[in-house]
Amino acid sequence: MSCQITQEFLHAYVDGELDLARSLEVEQHMQECQACASAYHNQTALRSAFKDSSLYHSAPPKLEKRIRSSLRREAKSEVGRRLFGWRWLPVAAMALILVLGLVIWRAVPGLRPSGDEFLAQEMVSNHVRSLQLESHRTDVISSDQHTVKPWFDGKLDFAPPVKDFSSQGFPLLGGRLEYLNNRAVAALIYQRQKHYINLYIWPAEQSNATSEVGTKRQGYNLLHWTNSGMTYWAISDLNGVELHEFARLVQQAQ
Amino acid sequence: MEGQSKLASFETAVLPHLDAAYNLARWLTRNDADAEDVVQEAYLRAFRFFGGFHGEDGRAWLLGIVRNTSYTWMQQNRSAQLNTPLDDEQHEVKSDDLNPEALLLQKADAQMLRQAVEELPLEFREVLVLRELDEMSYKQIAVVADLPLGTVMSRLARARKRLQQILASHTQTEVLS
Repeated sequence: MSCQITQEFLHAYVDGELDLARSLEVEQHMQECQACASAYHNQTALRSAFKDSSLYHSAPPKLEKRIRSSLRREAKSEVGRRLFGWRWLPVAAMALILVLGLVIWRAVPGLRPSGDEFLAQEMVSNHVRSLQLESHRTDVISSDQHTVKPWFDGKLDFAPPVKDFSSQGFPLLGGRLEYLNNRAVAALIYQRQKHYINLYIWPAEQSNATSEVGTKRQGYNLLHWTNSGMTYWAISDLNGVELHEFARLVQQAQ
Repeated sequence: MEGQSKLASFETAVLPHLDAAYNLARWLTRNDADAEDVVQEAYLRAFRFFGGFHGEDGRAWLLGIVRNTSYTWMQQNRSAQLNTPLDDEQHEVKSDDLNPEALLLQKADAQMLRQAVEELPLEFREVLVLRELDEMSYKQIAVVADLPLGTVMSRLARARKRLQQILASHTQTEVLS
């Protein structure tokens, strides 16, 4: 091994990074070459100078404290970022859109069926069903209001006002129990010539009286109002004018 | 890994190397307060990258981050020092010049050696600190300093020659004065 090559490998040799075969060659060369041996001693002297000089800078104790607390802060904010970070952005956006949609849907009257509209649909279904079979029409058959009214007693948690309007051309045919608007209600059935009128009655949620509101559904006329703490819904295939006349009779009777 | 468990395993794997981290940062920045800032920043970076660490050599992994953080910090604060890229050949020292230095080294005290290392160009300083103070293998130094393995050996050789040169000039100055 030449001096040049020895010098090249000398540092690796000093650092213990040279393979065994080359290490032996370097050692052999140094036994024969004073210059390379001296260079080797230079290197070992330098290494031991480093070892003896305590040049190592140890971290000041306060630094560890500082780092621990900054790591804790980072860990916390990382959890925060993970929960509310970009990964969740599409989900959050979707949720926001849904919520906004729901709010708008509920806030804008034209976009949703109101409670009354649901109820009107329920009324129409109930009215149609009550007329499909004669046996559906009435639970108690009587034109006598004094028979019909006591019949409801014990079947409902309220006493519906029952009046016969035979003399005005709206004879009472009887009464039924129905379940509408999430509660048991009284249904009275009246007749006007060939037409039947269902009058549904239940206690009003608000005590103040409201005047008649009319709607038309599937060819049926509906009128509803609140009076004396009761909510009334009248439904019939009768024309609007006559149904209104009937409604007026009911209201005047109380 | 979630919050507390990530923090716990990070502290177990990486916090024991705080002295090594500070030592490197201190030698690169040559200033106590700067070294502390760099190390704190490096630990935060390491914590963020901890998912990419798979339990190999925690010390080399951390020191690589400390080195990069130091360089970034110096670019922002002392760009003048970094603007002279190191040309390894430029610092070539003829081996003939080295012979009297064994004696000089024995005279050189710790203070002198410290000063000489601080005077070394950054690229020489870092490989020398990693080798002599952290006693890292060439392979580890290659990882930390982001160098090819072959370059580690040649750069260390040049760094040592350069250091001896500096020491020689200091010792001579001292003898003369």
